[in-house]
Amino acid sequence: MSNAATMRPGRPALPEWVRRLPEYLMIWVPLLLSAAHLVSFSLWTIWISFTPSTLVPVTGWVGLRNYSAVAASRNWQIAFDNLLLFGSAFVLLSAVTGLILAILLDQRIRGENVLRSIFLYPLAVSFVVTGTVWSWLLNPGLGIQKLVHDLGWTTFKFDWLIDRDMAIWTIVIAAIWQSSGFAMALFLAGLRSVDSDIIKAAQIDGAGPVRTYRRIILPSLWPITITVVVIQLQFAISTFDLVRALTNGGPGIATQLPALVVYDLMFQRSLLGRGAAAAVLMLLILLAVLLPYAAWRYIQRRRAAHA
Amino acid sequence: MIYLAVSLIAAAWLAPLVVVVLNSLRTNEEIAQGSMIGWPQHLAWSNYAAAWSGFCVAETCAGIRPYMLNSALVTIPATIFSTLLGAIAGYAVSLWRFRGDNWIYGIVTLGLFLPQQMRLLPWTIVLRDVGLINTLTGLVLIHTIQGLSFTTLFCRSYYVAIPHELIRAARIDGAGFFRIFWRIILPLSGPILIVTVIWQFTHIWNEFLYGVTFITGQQQPVTAALIALSAAVADIPQHGVQSAAVIIAALPTLLIYLLGGKYFVRGLTAGAVK
Amino acid sequence: MAALSIRGLSKRYANLEVLKDIALDIESGEFTVLVGPSGCGKSTLLNIVAGLDRPSAGTIEIGGRVVNDVAPKDRDIAMVFQSYALYPSMTVRQNITFGMECRHIPKAEQDAAVANVAKLLQIEPLLGRKPSQLSGGQRQRVAMGRALVRNPLLFLFDEPLSNLDAKLRVEMRMEIKRLHQRIGATIVYVTHDQIEAMTMATRIAVMHQGSVQQFADPDTVYRFPANLFVARFMGSPPMNTMPARLEAENDGPVVVIGAGRVDELRLRLRGYDAAAPFVGRKVVFGIRPECIAEGSRTFSSEAPVLVEAPVELVEPTGAETMVLLRLGGEPAMARISPDIRPAPGTSAVFALDTRRICLFDPETERLIA
Repeated sequence: MSNAATMRPGRPALPEWVRRLPEYLMIWVPLLLSAAHLVSFSLWTIWISFTPSTLVPVTGWVGLRNYSAVAASRNWQIAFDNLLLFGSAFVLLSAVTGLILAILLDQRIRGENVLRSIFLYPLAVSFVVTGTVWSWLLNPGLGIQKLVHDLGWTTFKFDWLIDRDMAIWTIVIAAIWQSSGFAMALFLAGLRSVDSDIIKAAQIDGAGPVRTYRRIILPSLWPITITVVVIQLQFAISTFDLVRALTNGGPGIATQLPALVVYDLMFQRSLLGRGAAAAVLMLLILLAVLLPYAAWRYIQRRRAAHA
Repeated sequence: MIYLAVSLIAAAWLAPLVVVVLNSLRTNEEIAQGSMIGWPQHLAWSNYAAAWSGFCVAETCAGIRPYMLNSALVTIPATIFSTLLGAIAGYAVSLWRFRGDNWIYGIVTLGLFLPQQMRLLPWTIVLRDVGLINTLTGLVLIHTIQGLSFTTLFCRSYYVAIPHELIRAARIDGAGFFRIFWRIILPLSGPILIVTVIWQFTHIWNEFLYGVTFITGQQQPVTAALIALSAAVADIPQHGVQSAAVIIAALPTLLIYLLGGKYFVRGLTAGAVK
Repeated sequence: MAALSIRGLSKRYANLEVLKDIALDIESGEFTVLVGPSGCGKSTLLNIVAGLDRPSAGTIEIGGRVVNDVAPKDRDIAMVFQSYALYPSMTVRQNITFGMECRHIPKAEQDAAVANVAKLLQIEPLLGRKPSQLSGGQRQRVAMGRALVRNPLLFLFDEPLSNLDAKLRVEMRMEIKRLHQRIGATIVYVTHDQIEAMTMATRIAVMHQGSVQQFADPDTVYRFPANLFVARFMGSPPMNTMPARLEAENDGPVVVIGAGRVDELRLRLRGYDAAAPFVGRKVVFGIRPECIAEGSRTFSSEAPVLVEAPVELVEPTGAETMVLLRLGGEPAMARISPDIRPAPGTSAVFALDTRRICLFDPETERLIA
């Protein structure tokens, strides 16, 4: 031990901040770039939404005129109605499907891992692929309807893809197929995290499996349910690729969604101001979901900290 | 009962994949006579050859190969950069408190929520100004910077579980920021780096909006090419070849999912508990 | 030479003052224990000494050099952590040499130093293993090896034994003490366990709410606790404390417990001259459990004071019997012979060692005499 503490004397003393410059750069440059692009891009888009920009960004102030134009357009109105329908149907159905799958898988069945992989694999696939594949399956001349016809039941009808009123449901189907597995994974984690002593106590109290689920396990899942709902809503609000590949907004504009409207205004009609306004409206819809969620999380955390 | 229910649902979930795989082995004529759903009469492997390097999108007839290459050239560097930078940032934020760290971390994580549509126009202008519009480098830049939100979050939440005493001990031993990262933190980071790489790779590979907005023609990633392909063949359907193309395009992420399933799920749930 | 001297040190986080005007001088070769309940600031103080945290005010000198602006690695210190903080991805040998590696010390020198320390701590067979393959005691030893190999002016120990089970803790306690005796190192040791403090320290600094309550050798801390906090914190079970009055009688002061009750207890004090100003006033009376024993006990040549007191609870521990009784109506613990078991609900005669009574000022809580 006598020799270990040799101090290295006489290294030229660079100032602390010069010696640490590389680490400061490595920390700050990426973080600042990321933070700066988020803030400045948002502000810039918001600003553009108040200008009369069309093909190129220009200065000027038109107040809320872009917003009123977007809100008054048939395109946006249909997109918004579709979002309400698609959002609620998809979120509800995928949460229910996910919960059912999770409960089924929670029964300590054989092959659980394989089954879980089957329900989750759509998440690894792009929305473009999902949309393309489902556009074939749901195409009345190619897919399920054609198959049933060929099998002999010629009056069978399943043509939602080309039915103006029902087309939005094809997107619901594809989206459920794609992301129920995600809800299942979260629910399953929640089911598995219920304290096994509590379940044993319920068994000793004489509760059967159904009652145990209804009274003990499911009530403990509601925080996860909220998380699932919020994340799926966030996904629903920004849905773009899936529709683009499945229906491309059609038939007509029957399956228009806000993200498609933004893209259409910005890059097909070159109405930058209105496109930006539509993007800001999307952000506002998102905030309407996320802010209450953030407040709820904050209250939960405060309560947990006080307990 | 349970097995029956689960098996039926599982079959429904597998059906689209099975249908596409079967179609990719049927000739276009065979599909045209029947429906998309059917058993191949004889295996038409030629669909894959055509999809890979034969069929035409727009004016060029090089198959899906150049677009796969484009996707790889974007996805691989962007995944590596965003993961490495995110690991360092997450390490700095979680284990080296510095002034303003909470603020900047909070802003960076907002990036998880900000819709892409809010960033489309600004990116267009930035890319044009730096001369990267319509280049793969531009997409790498976008995905690296935007990916930081996820990678920093993933790595931070993993690193906060590392005891601070480890850092203190190393500081007393005389190790600096990079040496501690390299010798102590990185060797512990295996699981989270796998999770992050899988997540980033899957997301960037599957991304469509930026690929179709900032890139045109031959430079497009494969997701955009698939859309272009369905538009191009709308008149004379070639569903066999298209199915093969879809399979090829989905294969990299599916393989990653099969190989790293555990880490894939961990990424999903980690991303959810933001 | 003072190995460590701390002056006027304080630390604030926002509005919270976690350390208040700390002053300590620690001589070379001393084994100083900082002891106190959790949140008393002892670990913060240790981190500031190590340079891992910055003080809000005050100076720290190590070996006569002000180190406020010196990086931890250059302070000539070594630290052993509560969780041991062994680098999980490195072998035991690499853990020990990592510091030398950072200082670019030649390989041969590193090997010699490792061999030396490994022999001292008897960890030679472990050098090739990873920390995850070690038992708790072995990890503890490696952590000490990592500190020893630096041969620093000052060793800092941050609750190093609290992650061990009870039996191992006693063994390691003895081992650390033996090590200190052998190499004569200067040690500052943080713990919340007053037994560790009593058994290992040459001097104890008792901390509470960010300030040092008493800094003295273990016997003084135990026998003359500077205030009520120290009296109640050191010792297990703690010192019995109860309200009392000091009265004057013909031949000196008398402490009265439960004044006016039928079982009022009056104890004559001898040699408590410092208590004179408190005659006729309220005091807090303190007596250690071992100063209350069965009636047949003689504490020294002097005849003990005998009291009859009601017994409420009896706890045999094997080595002794603990008895909860009432003195003048106030609860008190007594430590009596293991083979004596008074029946709860009855009365028994107890002997009190009145020479070791402590009196505290009820207002300032300070020791009077």
